[in-house]
Amino acid sequence: MVRSGAGVAERVTRAQRGDRVGDSPVRPDGAQKTRGEFAFSSDLWMDAMLWGKTLRSPHVAARIRSIDTGPALAMPGVRAVVTAADVPGRPTFGLELPDQPVFASDVVRYHGEPVAAVAADHPEAARAAALAIVVDYEPLVPLVDPEAAIDAAPIHPDGNVFRHLVVRHGELGASGDVVVEGNYEVGMQDQAFLGPESGLAVPAEDGGVDLYVATQWLHVDRDQVAASLGLPADRVRLHLAGVGGAFGGREDVSLQIHLCMLALRAGRPVKMVYARDESFFGHVHRHPARLWYRHHATRDGDLVKVEARIVLDGGAYLSSSNAVLSNAVCFAPGPYRVPNALIEGYAVRTNNPPCGAMRGFGAVQVCFGHEAQMDKLAAALSVDPVELRLRNALERYDRLVTGQVLTGAVPVREVIRAAASHPLPVPQDPAGTMMALPGGAGATADPVHVRRGVGFAASMKNIAYSEGFDDFATARLRLEAGADGEPIATLTVATAEVGQGFVTLAQQIVREELGVGRVVLAPASTAEIGSAGSSSASRQTWMSGGACQLACATLRSELIVRAAELWECAAAQCLFDDGEVVRVETGERLLVRDLLVPAPLETTEEYHHRPTRALDADGQGDAHVSFMFAAHRAVVDVDPELGLLRVVQISTGQDVGRAINPVQVTGQIEGGVAQGIGLALMEEIVVSEGRVRNPSFTDYLLPTTLDMPDVVATVVEELEPDAPYGAKGVGEPPAISSGPAVLAAVRDATGLPVTRAPVRPQDIAYAWRGGA
Amino acid sequence: MPPEEPLTGSAGPADTPAYERVEPYELVVNGTRMTVEDAWLGESLLFVLRERLGLPGAKNACEQGECGSCSVLLDDVVVCACLVLGVDAVGSRVETVEGLTASGEVADIQAALVEAGGVQCGFCTPGFVVALHDLLRRAPSADDMTVREALSGNLCRCTGYGRILEAVRAVQWQRGAGVSTGEGPGDGA
Ligand code: FES
Ligand code: FES
Repeated sequence: MVRSGAGVAERVTRAQRGDRVGDSPVRPDGAQKTRGEFAFSSDLWMDAMLWGKTLRSPHVAARIRSIDTGPALAMPGVRAVVTAADVPGRPTFGLELPDQPVFASDVVRYHGEPVAAVAADHPEAARAAALAIVVDYEPLVPLVDPEAAIDAAPIHPDGNVFRHLVVRHGELGASGDVVVEGNYEVGMQDQAFLGPESGLAVPAEDGGVDLYVATQWLHVDRDQVAASLGLPADRVRLHLAGVGGAFGGREDVSLQIHLCMLALRAGRPVKMVYARDESFFGHVHRHPARLWYRHHATRDGDLVKVEARIVLDGGAYLSSSNAVLSNAVCFAPGPYRVPNALIEGYAVRTNNPPCGAMRGFGAVQVCFGHEAQMDKLAAALSVDPVELRLRNALERYDRLVTGQVLTGAVPVREVIRAAASHPLPVPQDPAGTMMALPGGAGATADPVHVRRGVGFAASMKNIAYSEGFDDFATARLRLEAGADGEPIATLTVATAEVGQGFVTLAQQIVREELGVGRVVLAPASTAEIGSAGSSSASRQTWMSGGACQLACATLRSELIVRAAELWECAAAQCLFDDGEVVRVETGERLLVRDLLVPAPLETTEEYHHRPTRALDADGQGDAHVSFMFAAHRAVVDVDPELGLLRVVQISTGQDVGRAINPVQVTGQIEGGVAQGIGLALMEEIVVSEGRVRNPSFTDYLLPTTLDMPDVVATVVEELEPDAPYGAKGVGEPPAISSGPAVLAAVRDATGLPVTRAPVRPQDIAYAWRGGA
Repeated sequence: MPPEEPLTGSAGPADTPAYERVEPYELVVNGTRMTVEDAWLGESLLFVLRERLGLPGAKNACEQGECGSCSVLLDDVVVCACLVLGVDAVGSRVETVEGLTASGEVADIQAALVEAGGVQCGFCTPGFVVALHDLLRRAPSADDMTVREALSGNLCRCTGYGRILEAVRAVQWQRGAGVSTGEGPGDGA
């Protein structure tokens, strides 16, 4: 089996192994998904399975005097009813701290908080039984104003202020020649992933439970479920079921504990699928924000100081509010050099719906503020807004307002120039189709009134978890010979594939490193492998990608050792070259397949990013691993009389480090832009006095094919020194400055201040009539 | 303000007699007669397909007619299966993504969606396959605005639609349908 380098005929060509880092192979699960054969968490099914249903509070705030489950238990087909009294272990859960009850016991703190759950033979039987549960509530006056919450009587034993964070940087007394000030507001956005929360819990013979569920992080769910079930972690096994999108909304536990409790109580498998209205109550949302800013600059346009006050409404429970606030404060100035800063942030508890992670968290909210301020400053200085941004753009080795020095790739100017340099779209054709006008099929806009505006925005965000958190990723790689002798690489990771395409990247990485064409991904499960961390914070390409790369490197070394043994030479005299081990002095070559004949190879590796530190009392510290930058230009047509808008084009430059799969990068950019446009123009959970008014896709509007403009993107590739392949994340930046660019374009078209996202038709139409 | 009803995650009021059992009935799905046993009166066609007939291809993103993830053909017309009662489909021909896949008639649409990067989480994808099949059959050379209008009832939260529209152009080009804009499958981005 020792073969010289001439054995060409038997070598698998690079083309066959193809699809490596930098190529754009198709998703391994793509074909299945188009055929309807891919099993999402709502597609699961088992013999004798029951259906679960949650009973939720109709009140925003209330004391629970009593709960009578008797009438529900007496109904036909009902197999289990559980309430707070039945939680076997820890009565609470939570991502950062367990402050949220599994079921409300004595107090209800938000509209839709779970109170009980039922398992029955049919979903309708479960629904009817849930409605038959008698809960005696004593309604309380809800606390719904986040500003008032800071000093109000606590509505939870942990108090109302989740976190108060102040950044003090440089000379706090500094001031500029030119000062601009503004107040801004961001509404509550929903992740609105299309696959509803769903899962199947199966009681196991060992007294534990197997839960098949759509989530972003199996292990953190597992730990919370096990704690509340009072079971050791190894008896609670979470298996990733097909995930229909996530965007942060699956980072917190929703139905996981309820479902396991029902299955264990009933002794039968239980499936639960939230209807869309329940999904709106069942997961956390993007924090609404109130922002105040004051920017100081020299007459020449150099930023001198940024002052800001940020209040995030975290709703009833903590979720990831602390991390969201940290980002909001840290990135409050945007991607600009700011020598002096005083930034104060609050994340507070109210009786509004709980808020937590959503794509770009923290950075999204403040971007509406800092970018509106940059435009105001440009106007005050009579300079071009793009020029002002270029002038103040961060560079490598600059300091953030947290004191952290930027040591990685910082192509802020490049992304700004890229976004600004795409050709503008052709002007609106007055004789063109009605569909292309604001309002579209409504056929209401009068072309004569339609004005076009152009707006610009830039942004930055961190990658991975911050402030001291070690969100490592684990990968196991097994190399063995297939039936035909050709090597098969099997990769086991707990990485949640939520649609982002990590499964494709994982295959590309193994092919790149080992030259092995056949790469199989084993199912993700806590029973098989250690944590991969969360599929959030744009971190999996780097973190799970890094773990895969490490595992490949280990196996490459072992292949070299095996070859050296066969050749009876030193391992140092052998190289790994494109799927073969080469003996340098003789040119002899061994194929991976040959080296696997004695036995398969396997390794498990953990990848850790460099350590970070918590922010200190002045908000200073190296809190972050790395940063991504993006810029967006929006072209928007507005009919100000009617307040109707149509986004004509988004152009963008995005810093990705390196595009491991360019087509997938494009998909992330376009998808993120859609969510940014959504937040700017139409997406908002309307909450009044704590009550959610629009928990449906009828009333919560999402961008459709008719709302989406052309997206022209330039991907800026400047390799990130620490990152595997130099690749940063790509998921979040497109959702950050796209929305602020749209609002800037609306301001440009109308001359109105437009300080609120989403901007509603009435905001424009009333102001236009009043002011124009 | 609506009356304060306990929230259970379903829109219907408590007293809807939706859980009345019905006699077994027959549906013709993908050309095959199938018997629906043990069903309840209020079950949607979507629920019957997914939970009783083992055809989970049509998805359940909203169950109120807003997202198109449940698109199926009912006597050759695209409908939201979530808005049709199972029993109301008796006597009609139901075609699902599984049936269209088996017949091979959407193979090029499916391949183009994967190839163009129009599939991310994939939850919307079966609905898009059905809607696109219907559109391109009716209007093979539909221009961009017509395509957008035809697909505007299908929500996708992941892709921003760019790669999906790219896939449509690719299929039109491959099928040799002279698209009104006269463009080949260039990069829309
Ligand atoms: S599930 Fe039928 S339209 Fe959404
Ligand atoms: S691919 Fe996820 S909803 Fe369309």
